Amino acid sequence: MSITIAKSLDLKGLSCPLPIIKTAKAMKELAPGELLEAFATDPGSVPDFKAWAQSTGNPLVESSQEGAVFHFVLKKKEI
Amino acid sequence: MSINMIEKPPAAEAVPTIAEKTPEVAEKLVIFAWSGELDKIWPTLILATTGAAMGKETTIFFTFWGLFPLVKNQVRLTGENWMQKMLSMMNRGGDEHLKLSKMNFAGAGPAMMNHLAKDHHVASPHELMEVAKEMGVHLIPCQMTMDLLGLKREDLIDGLDEPAGATKALADAQGAITLFI
Repeated sequence: MSITIAKSLDLKGLSCPLPIIKTAKAMKELAPGELLEAFATDPGSVPDFKAWAQSTGNPLVESSQEGAVFHFVLKKKEI
Repeated sequence: MSINMIEKPPAAEAVPTIAEKTPEVAEKLVIFAWSGELDKIWPTLILATTGAAMGKETTIFFTFWGLFPLVKNQVRLTGENWMQKMLSMMNRGGDEHLKLSKMNFAGAGPAMMNHLAKDHHVASPHELMEVAKEMGVHLIPCQMTMDLLGLKREDLIDGLDEPAGATKALADAQGAITLFI
């Protein structure tokens, strides 16, 4: 079974707070259970995505790094 | 009454210890923006937009020097009497005319800072102010300081909440994360 990503965000080059702001906006449009992926280059986004996921209750399914690019997958929480 | 009728207290494990309690998450963020300088307004707007992105009901209460960044960029002179006019001459309003609290160097410091921000793709205070409005951050100007400094509603940017006083600010701050910047 493959995982389908409902939305993909390119946040490369952006600095705090824009990656989280753009992610929060995009997450609003997702249906519960849908996945959003984001690519960022700001190293600060690693702890920020983790903290955002924890405080909003939307699980961070993946947080990985390839070269200078960070890859995040968030799942929209069930209501 | 015999002693065996005294009920035992409820089981001890029902009372959670501090360590077991889940930390309470504040649903609100209230920032008192007292300083109107670039290096204070910038983090104020970064924190406010982030708070809104985290789903918190976010309010910035602008007071004293913090009001000047709310003046429209094209408004050069504010105030009704010579003292208020002098104040606005010395301290031009608008989120594109902010000074640094240190290393201002007659405007060279902010120019360099804005240049660096552009290079590093950091959103400017002006852009963040627009994002804040778009995200529903409440931007409340302090009525008393507006009167004191001679700032009229039409001198200030659109999209602000109704001017209010300290009571409204403190009422909003109940149960919120509060910051004074």
